[in-house]
Amino acid sequence: MKRDIIINKFVIKFANVNGTGSASANKLFSRAVFRMGVPISPKNIFPSNIQGLPTWYEVRINENGFLGRRGGIDVMVGMNPQSMERDITEVEKGGYFIYDSTRPINPDFKRDDIDFIGIPLTEKCREMYEDPRQRQLFRNVMYVGVMAALFDMEMEVFKQLINDQFKGKEKLVAPNIQALETGYDMAAKLPNCPIAYRIERRDNVGNKILMDGNEACGLGAVYGGATVSAWYPITPSTSVIDNYSRYCRMFRTDKETGEKNFAIVQAEDELAAIGMVIGASWNGARAFTATSGPGLSLMNEFLGLAYFAEIPAVLIDVQRSGPSTGMPTRTQQSDVLSAAYASHGDTKHICLYPSTPKECFEYTAMAFDLAERFQTPVMVMSDLDLGMNDNMSEPFEWDDAKRYDRGKVFNEEDLENMNEKFGRYLDIDGDGIPYRTYPGTHPTKGAFFTRGTSKDEYAIYTENGEKYIENMERIQKKWKTASTVVPKPVIRKTDKPCTVGVIHYGTSEASTLEALHHLNSLHGISLDSMGIQAFPFSDEVGQFIEEHEYVFVVEQNRDAQMRTLLINEYDFDPECLVPLLHYDGSPITARFIRHIIRDWILQTTTSPRRRSRFY
Amino acid sequence: MSYKIPTFRHPNLPKNDLGYTTKDYEGAVSTLCAGCGHDSISNAIIEACFEMSIPPHRVAKLSGIGCSSKTPTYFLGNSHGFNSVHGRMPSVATGANMANRELLYIGVSGDGDTASIGMGQFVHAVRRNVNMVYICENNGVYGLTKGQDSATTDIGSKSKKGEPNALEPIDLCSIALQLGATFVANSFSGDKDQLVPIIQAAIAHRGFAFINIISPCVTFNNAPGSTKAYDYIRQHMASTNTVDYVPPAEEITAEFDEGTDEKVTMHDGSIINLHKLETKHDIHSRTSALSLMQEYKAEDKVVTGILFMDENSQEIHETMNTTQRPLRDLGTEELCPGAANLEKINDLHR
Repeated sequence: MKRDIIINKFVIKFANVNGTGSASANKLFSRAVFRMGVPISPKNIFPSNIQGLPTWYEVRINENGFLGRRGGIDVMVGMNPQSMERDITEVEKGGYFIYDSTRPINPDFKRDDIDFIGIPLTEKCREMYEDPRQRQLFRNVMYVGVMAALFDMEMEVFKQLINDQFKGKEKLVAPNIQALETGYDMAAKLPNCPIAYRIERRDNVGNKILMDGNEACGLGAVYGGATVSAWYPITPSTSVIDNYSRYCRMFRTDKETGEKNFAIVQAEDELAAIGMVIGASWNGARAFTATSGPGLSLMNEFLGLAYFAEIPAVLIDVQRSGPSTGMPTRTQQSDVLSAAYASHGDTKHICLYPSTPKECFEYTAMAFDLAERFQTPVMVMSDLDLGMNDNMSEPFEWDDAKRYDRGKVFNEEDLENMNEKFGRYLDIDGDGIPYRTYPGTHPTKGAFFTRGTSKDEYAIYTENGEKYIENMERIQKKWKTASTVVPKPVIRKTDKPCTVGVIHYGTSEASTLEALHHLNSLHGISLDSMGIQAFPFSDEVGQFIEEHEYVFVVEQNRDAQMRTLLINEYDFDPECLVPLLHYDGSPITARFIRHIIRDWILQTTTSPRRRSRFY
Repeated sequence: MSYKIPTFRHPNLPKNDLGYTTKDYEGAVSTLCAGCGHDSISNAIIEACFEMSIPPHRVAKLSGIGCSSKTPTYFLGNSHGFNSVHGRMPSVATGANMANRELLYIGVSGDGDTASIGMGQFVHAVRRNVNMVYICENNGVYGLTKGQDSATTDIGSKSKKGEPNALEPIDLCSIALQLGATFVANSFSGDKDQLVPIIQAAIAHRGFAFINIISPCVTFNNAPGSTKAYDYIRQHMASTNTVDYVPPAEEITAEFDEGTDEKVTMHDGSIINLHKLETKHDIHSRTSALSLMQEYKAEDKVVTGILFMDENSQEIHETMNTTQRPLRDLGTEELCPGAANLEKINDLHR
């Protein structure tokens, strides 16, 4: 096959068996590409299983910095016989299938339009290692060495990474490097090595970092001053707490006494988890929980209490495919509505939609300020794609001059100097936000009874309809105030007037922006875009929609939940909001978005005059 | 609605060590039915806190939903209270306790809250040994929803409607004992002399102190044939011990009988003086407590008193090794690792 050399622009996918230690080998590969200055976006595609089922690791390598999922596979590393047939069919025409040739491939699976490269890895491991576990682990490192040779990569980078990885366990360095070199040498001897896909050093990564969103959220909670965390294990959110715990041990533990400036409680269920968060926040600590859709469903009753009794609470929702147990290890943005309006009665909650690890970090830290400022639950709406995959991100920043905004709290001195009666729900400042007191502050002033029932300004139980409405209206006023404080949308306008826009939020961002780039460069279509960052929507969100005749709403759920939220909160003609939906559990791809927008513009704008607006 | 109590009091009301009178420990006027056992419990809490000179504002009162959960409005009006959601008081109390280990947490709950909807949370608060007093005002009936059987209604017990209950009851004291509760007592709202010192002992206890208090519901479960009725309890109650609470650094003036009395020194230096009416029972033995309860039950008796205590247990903050300071008092300086550390973290991810 005659081929062009393609440098730093392709997609490689590793097909492995779950629980065989392939994850760290795959990570070694992607970090090596990253260290060679080439942008990458790796995606874990894994089953809800601990051992034995197929799992994949898809890495998009793109020196231009397009980080969304592209769609299509150029090089497949087929290490799992179970999934081999399907893996082979997935390779794009002209691509490669790399496999362990210890056992021959079923001739029925063969294709003429791709190249097969077989390397007898298992055979080699049997020769080199006695221990079956070692054979399995080093086979993984060995195929990384194979890739290094086939893509003509710098071996030094791999060796340095292995050194970094086993800092403190130096004994493991040499055998890993040996396995790596063995793989490299085996591949280097092949006549067609290096292959047509290559990785060359670039300087396109700058000072960016590679981190998953859950680590960023956990770290954000540490920086945001969370002291109490209560949670119940659930995929894909668990590592938020793991990372919070890890960084707390690092930064919040007294070196001599081991005393902790934090408390983590593994709750009996999500109801208890949010109950603890609310109890701790009521008592003046910054507290949070991390969960996913099913947990959010269970937390509904308590979220209504926190909304109505005006108690801060921070919740990280790492969304996964629903409904019910759904596809627990696959991604979706399908909790948008259930988070925004969680609980019975008239409720709405501040939601933040991060699309990068940096935003995960910043929004989580910010969530505590917002929750305490507005005395209400705040949810950080991450998802599995962002939370559990390494994402290239701008480095995190922190201003040491920043102090936490603990919101409106009367301390002992305030209460001592107070002549009038303390009213927990009095709107003293006219912004709808009342003052609270922590338990135990003053011997005779400031105590009140927190309740989920209706109450007057002094927190006294009442079923008086007027008082009830006054209270609900004040909470609504608080909500309006919040819309001016939450992060504003990120609006990207084309240089020419444009009647069609595209809305994205969260993890749909990277693929949407790439699709827009290619719509322009390939089809001459240029569109404005807006990334929604928060609910309540700030005025700019409505303005953007008003300025355009049609606006696509790109999201990863079946029911166009953000579109519904927009229609519900504004008076737009629903016709003007065009749903663009992807919800098979895999991250949305740029190709998918581009094709839909292109086809819509070609098909629905039949009149040439109308069509001309898009070009 | 809640009504405020008139402020007038006798000018010579006795004062405690803090200079407070019982008035300073009262709450709003109860809106429960006249004669409700729960009101007696509220009064016992007021008396216990007054006598122990607990600063009212250093108490946090927490409850779930139900008649019992309304009662925190009716005692300690200078304390913050939290009437949360049905059955979820234990989690709210646990969270509150995490935020500030210095306050006294009194959780009030009922049998619907504790034995049904919130059973899971109760169980886990016990396991964690959260430092709090957990009172279950147990009347064997759903009062606010007008008279349904609860999970603690005894087999054959008849409510106002006259239907005998057919299902096995849940015995909360036995469950608490089996789960490793570090203080378990059973009492009766109608026996203030026993109840007040038990509450004081529970307050002095470091760790999870559970008091199941049988508290008759005069409206829905006080009929002849009910095993949670005043008459029934009075006829069938058998105390295993009575208790004197002696505050720290105070001399014991009560009579002490070497043969039947036992002194237990609490973590704060106070002393619980137990007058044993049932000499064979060892209050430091779970097995002894469980078999005692079984024996009394077989004789159709309701055993009351402190059933078990482990005054040396580790409460949750000790297990977790949390800082001595309330977590809620820590500021940006103590909590935020700062920009320089963040740059190091960035570097580790390059």
